[in-house]
Amino acid sequence: MEQRKFIVEINHLYKSYRRGSQILPVLQDITLDIAEGEFLALMGPSGSGKSTLLNLIAGIDKADSGSVRVGGLDITALSETELAQWRHSHVGFIFQFYNLIPVLTAFENVELPLLLSGLSRKERKEHARMALRIVNLADRMEHYPSQLSGGQQQRVAIARAVVTDPVILVADEPTGDLDRVSAKETLDLMERLVHELGKTIIMVTHDPRAAEKAHIVRELDKGVLNADIQAGH
Amino acid sequence: MQTFRLVIKNAFRHKLRTSLTVLGIAIAILAFGLLQTVVGAWYAGVEASSATRLVTRNSISIIFFLPLSYKEKISQIPGVKQITYASWFGGIYLSEKNFIPNFAVDAKSFLELYPEFILPEKQKKDFLRDKKAGVAGRKTAEKFGWKIGDTITLKGTIFTGNWDFNLRGIYRGAQKGTDETQFFFHWDYLNESLRKTVPRRADQVGWYSIGVTHPDRAAEVAAAIDKTFKNSLAETMTETEKAFQLGFVSMTEAIIIAIRIVAFVVIIIIMAVMANTMAMTARERIGEYAIMKTLGFGGGHIAGIIFGESLIIAFMGCALGIAFTYPAAEAFGEAMSTFFPIFNVKSQTIYLDIAATFIVGLAAALFPAWRAVSLKVADGLRRIG
Repeated sequence: MEQRKFIVEINHLYKSYRRGSQILPVLQDITLDIAEGEFLALMGPSGSGKSTLLNLIAGIDKADSGSVRVGGLDITALSETELAQWRHSHVGFIFQFYNLIPVLTAFENVELPLLLSGLSRKERKEHARMALRIVNLADRMEHYPSQLSGGQQQRVAIARAVVTDPVILVADEPTGDLDRVSAKETLDLMERLVHELGKTIIMVTHDPRAAEKAHIVRELDKGVLNADIQAGH
Repeated sequence: MQTFRLVIKNAFRHKLRTSLTVLGIAIAILAFGLLQTVVGAWYAGVEASSATRLVTRNSISIIFFLPLSYKEKISQIPGVKQITYASWFGGIYLSEKNFIPNFAVDAKSFLELYPEFILPEKQKKDFLRDKKAGVAGRKTAEKFGWKIGDTITLKGTIFTGNWDFNLRGIYRGAQKGTDETQFFFHWDYLNESLRKTVPRRADQVGWYSIGVTHPDRAAEVAAAIDKTFKNSLAETMTETEKAFQLGFVSMTEAIIIAIRIVAFVVIIIIMAVMANTMAMTARERIGEYAIMKTLGFGGGHIAGIIFGESLIIAFMGCALGIAFTYPAAEAFGEAMSTFFPIFNVKSQTIYLDIAATFIVGLAAALFPAWRAVSLKVADGLRRIG
């Protein structure tokens, strides 16, 4: 039997929020391993802690206790500055509302993370062009977000997510703001990233059609992770 | 794409808001520049004064005269190189609104001691030759359309009657700060007339101007002069020309302080306007800052973008304000030439404009930058859904 290499290893993770004098537990004793090249969907009702878990895996929030290891590195031990540097080179982000910078063109939005990479201007251009070619938007490079459809904006966001060649991609409701056709295009593109580029994707979604594309679907309920409810492709 | 381009693009994201802020800053810089220039004009006489000249006046007040006989005694004091004397005439040309500073001077020694009044050689000779001659500054001659050979009539206020002068010269100032609005004529002309009409007022001068051999000796010479006339009927007070001029300025010190306060209030107001613009901008973009942090941008980088945007807007306003200041100062100086013979925008004013703009730009970005730097990424992302 083939030995699976886990890119994400989560052990006994707890997270709570404070509201006034009240402490609200959001995640309770989460233990989860995600293999390299896996497409995982996290589902569950609103407030179940899906996005919080995604944020902890991506290093944009801090856990109360437990550990999150990505590529063997315990990111819960990193400082804010170290986390920022780590996110830049290891994580690609895809958001529900694309979150492109409106005053930058598609090309400039994709180039943005590369400004921190130390690449030359020429290299940055090559990388950004390649990322836009992957998402089939090479002909829309000079368009501003407002000149693109929702689906096209999400593809630009995906190009921005992959341009630094990250280890994992985290997607928070990537089809939540898209029509059916655009949603399918986006999911097909994410599937290609897994199959052709070997990326690991962790996706939070409410959309059953999106979950169908995942290899594994895990459900969170009141901060507790249930057993696998579906083994996908 | 460079970070600088992002800063520029951000600065012009809300064109109307940016334009209004730039205009506001420009008007503030213009007002600040003009007020500073007014203060500078107030001190123009002080700045134009020489370090090698002393002024001796009656110790009671400038309005009291000194005997002409003091001239010889002062000349003999060691350290005195040149001496001249003058009296304030206070004549009016046509009407009171046409104020011209006018003096009766000992022509030859006056022109020797004040080389900053440049008179063509022929005009100088004509002036010295003609006892009824007068010399006007370029600005005054231009203002009233006077030409060489014209008869200028001044109505005396201190020395009553109508006084006719033949305009024999029009002087230019050697420096930018030299007053070109004065009118002076022969003290002898005034004195001869007084001998006939009011003999008790004859052979008296308003003040002596003394050239010293070296600026370092000014204090010593001043003390020696005053000592010479101690316990006399007209005791003297001798001070440097700068101190003499400052004495006039200090009479209106409260006005200058008020102008200075207003100038700095203008800067504080524009700082509030600019801070409001930047606070609005940062509040709108808090989600974008969270996205940038998510992508790996550090707090310093984002703060740099905010400071950059604030400084660009502030300096655009500053550049526009400075560009407005010169024509505005020229028009203002023209209209107020009676009160401010020297009204030049000094380079120091421009440096102050730039320094004030820099402070406004930095101060306005301080709070938004702190907010962006201290923003928790997860909190920022929650705000944009």
